[in-house]
Amino acid sequence: MRYSGFRLFSEGMTGNRGWRPVWRDPEPKPEYDVIIIGGGGHGLATAYYLAREHGLRNVAVLEKGYLGGGNVGRNTTIVRANYFLPGNSEFYSHSLKLWEGLAQELNFNVMHSQRGLINLFHSDGQRDAFARRGNAMINQGDDAILLDREGVREILPYLDFDNARFPIHGGLYHPRGGTARHDAVAWGYARGADARGVDLVQNCEVTGIDISNGRVTGVQTTRGAIRARKVGIVVAGRSGQVAAMAGMRLPIESHILQAFVTEGLKPVIDHVVSFGMGHFYISQSDKGGLVFGGDLDFHASYAQRGNLPMAEHVMEAGMALMPMIGKARVLRSWGGIMDMTPDGSPIIDRTAIEGLHVNCGWCYGGFKAVPGSGFSFAHLLATGRHHAPAARFRLDRFARGDLIDEEGTGSQHNLH
Amino acid sequence: MRITCPLCGARDRREFHYMGDAVYLDRPDPVAPAVAWDDYLHLRDNPAGETRDLWFHEAGCGAWLVVTRNTVSHDVLSVALADGIRGGAG
Ligand SMILES: Cc1cc2nc3c(=O)[nH]c(=O)nc-3n(C[C@H](O)[C@H](O)[C@H](O)COP(=O)(O)OP(=O)(O)OC[C@H]3O[C@@H](n4cnc5c(N)ncnc54)[C@H](O)[C@@H]3O)c2cc1C
Ligand SMILES: [Zn+2]
Repeated sequence: MRYSGFRLFSEGMTGNRGWRPVWRDPEPKPEYDVIIIGGGGHGLATAYYLAREHGLRNVAVLEKGYLGGGNVGRNTTIVRANYFLPGNSEFYSHSLKLWEGLAQELNFNVMHSQRGLINLFHSDGQRDAFARRGNAMINQGDDAILLDREGVREILPYLDFDNARFPIHGGLYHPRGGTARHDAVAWGYARGADARGVDLVQNCEVTGIDISNGRVTGVQTTRGAIRARKVGIVVAGRSGQVAAMAGMRLPIESHILQAFVTEGLKPVIDHVVSFGMGHFYISQSDKGGLVFGGDLDFHASYAQRGNLPMAEHVMEAGMALMPMIGKARVLRSWGGIMDMTPDGSPIIDRTAIEGLHVNCGWCYGGFKAVPGSGFSFAHLLATGRHHAPAARFRLDRFARGDLIDEEGTGSQHNLH
Repeated sequence: MRITCPLCGARDRREFHYMGDAVYLDRPDPVAPAVAWDDYLHLRDNPAGETRDLWFHEAGCGAWLVVTRNTVSHDVLSVALADGIRGGAG
């Protein structure tokens, strides 16, 4: 069933009686060529590209809850390609290019809105660092513009430029950065994968991983055993627990990240604004809510809800940056479990167990990565070779000391 | 979340700085093989449930503490001075 303006119009004229569920609810088969554990953004995108790029259709996505009920449906939806280090730079650049054609490709409105992202800076040293980052982005073929204070004032007149501790000196403007509709991305990939024959199996928790002679042979689930010679673990904050089923320990510690949304307002914030020194970032959703967040709660947690100290800190930072925000009323706050690595960069790799692959460690930046991660992970699963843009996201880089520490904060999981 | 410092009593979580799993107390020998350092610095059990981690009473007495707590409920189960404790299995 294709979506189009005409279709919407004709359904509207006939009482909307023609809409049908857009994916099946299949029983799991006893065996698949590839099993993807986890029906979040990355798992669904992987299944889609396995079918679409590699013709692998005998594929299942096993999801313990419902599709898109994890972090893909809880994040603050920022999509950008403003990374600096080799490894990250080419990967996020590729992912952003996939985003730019995604709604057309999936025939699903993912509401990708390239409204521009501004990262603020507050000192000469920070200006130098951002100029260098901007040059790296341009060298990668992406876009970056260094704004001075007046340049920022022109597009973000509502900021407090004279904050005593962090006066605004300028910003790095990334015009192709922006936001997208989180649920739509999950649903669009789910629909596209299902249409190509992928079984999306919900309420199916993986409880064990079967290994014989060093090779994966299938998984145990709450809906029975399922065989497969290739298995991909794509479970975000639960990566450590699922890997433990295969006897593995990962370089991951799970942490909570909170987010907040206000009541719907008329358009007031037209860009994504990031105030790194205050640990605060914000955008306005198409419904009008101000969507904002800050940093991790900083201690390992699976609670999926935040603590008040960080909520208070985020509100304070928001007030310091844009005092007008004090008039908005917060509607909701929530938290998600982040798979934090010791260098802040992800892992897309095989494991020591033949046929078993992992895709994890997205920390709090994995939403923008969904298309690129799915594309590169599908490539690895289907061909056995690393896809060039993701080739540095190796599991063994930690043991080799070859970390990709984008923020330069050192090898401690909660500092990225 | 409140943490009861053995020296200062029950205090707000904001007074404390979290470092990570208590395995940080088991620093390998400087000449230990790379796998030992990888294990120490990077790999984690990352349990959903009871865990032991290292906190610093930054805005209090300045002691390093080993806190046993639950990562799902955020309950703090016990707190001890890190001085003299080994990390990991202990
Ligand atoms: C508050 C918040 C704000 C964020 N903001 C941004 C942002 O602005 N930009 C950005 O790029 N990123 C952001 N992120 C990060 C991003 O959301 C994640 O990195 C990304 O969604 C993780 O990948 P995923 O979508 O596959 O995860 P998920 O959607 O969590 O998918 C994992 C799935 O695995 C399932 N699962 C777990 N265990 C099992 C099992 N045993 N068996 C079967 N299924 C299982 C889970 O139920 C879940 O559905 C944010 C995250 C949070 C929480
Ligand atoms: Zn104390």
